[in-house]
Amino acid sequence: MERRTIFPGTAFPIFLVLPQLLLTVVFFLWPAGQAIWSSMTRADPFGIRTQFVGWENFQDLFTDPLYMDSIGRTVVFCTSVATLSMGVALLLAVCADREIRGRGWYRIMLIWPYAVAPAVAAVLWILLLHPQIGLVGRALNRHGVAWDYKLNSTQAMAVVIGASAWKQVSYNFIFFLAGLQSVPKAVIEAARMDGAKGWFRFRTVVLPLLMPTVFFLIVVNFVYAAFDTFGTIQALTQGGPGKSTETLVVKVFRDGLINLDVGGSSAQSVVLMFGVIMLTALQFRFLGKKSDE
Amino acid sequence: MATLVLDGLRKSFGKIPVLHGVDLSMPSGEMLVIVGASGCGKSTLLRLVAGLEEPTLGKIILDGVDVAARDPADRDIAMVFQNYALYPHMSVFDNMAYGLRIRDMPKAEIERRVTEAAGTLELSALLQRKPRQLSGGQRQRVAMGRAIVREPKLFLFDEPLSNLDATLRVTMRAEIRRLQRRMGVTSLFVTHDQVEAMTLGDRLLVLHKGQAVQLATPMEVFNRPANTYVAGFIGAPAMNLLPAKLAQNGRAAQLEIGPTIAFADGPRAGADGRELIVGIRPEHLHLDPAGFVLPVDLVEPLGSETVVIGKLENGQMLTIKLPCAGVSDTSLRVGISEQHLHVFDAQTGLRLEGGLSAVPSS
Repeated sequence: MERRTIFPGTAFPIFLVLPQLLLTVVFFLWPAGQAIWSSMTRADPFGIRTQFVGWENFQDLFTDPLYMDSIGRTVVFCTSVATLSMGVALLLAVCADREIRGRGWYRIMLIWPYAVAPAVAAVLWILLLHPQIGLVGRALNRHGVAWDYKLNSTQAMAVVIGASAWKQVSYNFIFFLAGLQSVPKAVIEAARMDGAKGWFRFRTVVLPLLMPTVFFLIVVNFVYAAFDTFGTIQALTQGGPGKSTETLVVKVFRDGLINLDVGGSSAQSVVLMFGVIMLTALQFRFLGKKSDE
Repeated sequence: MATLVLDGLRKSFGKIPVLHGVDLSMPSGEMLVIVGASGCGKSTLLRLVAGLEEPTLGKIILDGVDVAARDPADRDIAMVFQNYALYPHMSVFDNMAYGLRIRDMPKAEIERRVTEAAGTLELSALLQRKPRQLSGGQRQRVAMGRAIVREPKLFLFDEPLSNLDATLRVTMRAEIRRLQRRMGVTSLFVTHDQVEAMTLGDRLLVLHKGQAVQLATPMEVFNRPANTYVAGFIGAPAMNLLPAKLAQNGRAAQLEIGPTIAFADGPRAGADGRELIVGIRPEHLHLDPAGFVLPVDLVEPLGSETVVIGKLENGQMLTIKLPCAGVSDTSLRVGISEQHLHVFDAQTGLRLEGGLSAVPSS
């Protein structure tokens, strides 16, 4: 049942909504407007004069091979993070869904990584993987694997993908577990009676019923991988070596705050903003469709 | 078609025993109804046979082979669930074909079986629909169809009619019985509804607190209930159970509420004064000017008959079913038909048969 309270008049409702509106204006609309404005300006090297240049920054952006590279890298990165984190989360959720001893603890432990701040998580990964001081890194080098993610771009990509996926596993795990628990027990039992076993039963009965959760998580994971991984990547590799882990968000930071090309960087943010708007619209449409059923 | 034998089947959940050893032997093609109040272990018994629960002890012998340790997938048993448990993402056709596809049956044969079952169950026009587009009765029939097409050794029904409305329930009940007869598949049917139990079963198994209290034909259970529990459970309105003492050298019962009634079917064993429970069905009480006085508590006219609930001075309730309408709502004079007494031992609750050599049946 929907509970709804209707306030009389106009002043009081506006007063109630005002704090939220203020927050949105101050922390979202204003900076977004600033970004759009500055994406159409160009500053001189000393930041003294700014001039309006219209779409020029965007034209530069889409003819810049480095930017195209970064888009491609981001797609690879997002796909890998989403696949890895969802795959692992589903596997863990299936295991946790069974009747096992200490299930409660097992679940809590799996949810922990979500509560770790990106920078802290990155430090943990450095302590594991650093070629000179990391446990795993040293072990690899000792056994003849030339491990140094600060020099090898493939290894660097693998590290940021692994660290980013690890942080997202908990989130996916919670949703998958809830999804699995909402599959009616009797339907699974019916499948058992019909003769379906193990993986076949999972593939033909459980997975199709889990598809709404999967779609939802695909969108959420892409948004996460594209935008929320800046902290992890920045702390681990700063987008390096070279540009090998420079995804779009990292590039915005580098170009704008390190290289001080505010106009170009703002243009990139505006492009990203449209990306987020589209993904969010997709997610809303999808959630809306789900609640209709 | 197959025989089913249960041998000392026990089940405990943790330390709580749910079934205390059930023995049962079913000939091929029999329809056995397991009946009992909720919590008596009837669903657990069915789930043990299905393989969805593991027995703590005992054997489940299907067609001569002990299947107790087998996965449900390897038992060749089909089950109809209470809430139907259809696969929500599959069409009606796929729901029925699922079990056959798993068995790698040729496509043409699957098609033939599903079409045939759909014809029998009047589902032919609905084969491409999804379960959510079906009514309750149609879902129920799809669940039946899914079991039928398998042509399994054994059917299990777990209260399949309890989610249907009253009219549909009566129709489906008859339909299930016809289908089961025609296919001749050995079947176990669990219900708490005694009308279903009486009408569907070749035999009834009455469960009470995890124990099989009576296994007999429906009429036998009705006419000769094995103990006071069965006596009160089967039959509606429920049988009156009145405390009494043995009298006249075992030839009569002295009811606590007054009258002494002679046994029509011979004396009971024991000394006079032995504590008894005498059971009288409401339809075996009649209006009798010479009978005892019963103050009326409630009159329930049912049209063709009237149920009167009376309350005696000592608080004992008494139900009477009268084949007429328009009875007094203050007090009645009531007589007891001697031919229809059920006599039970007050301590054990077991039935006491007439004739001195009689032993309590169990």
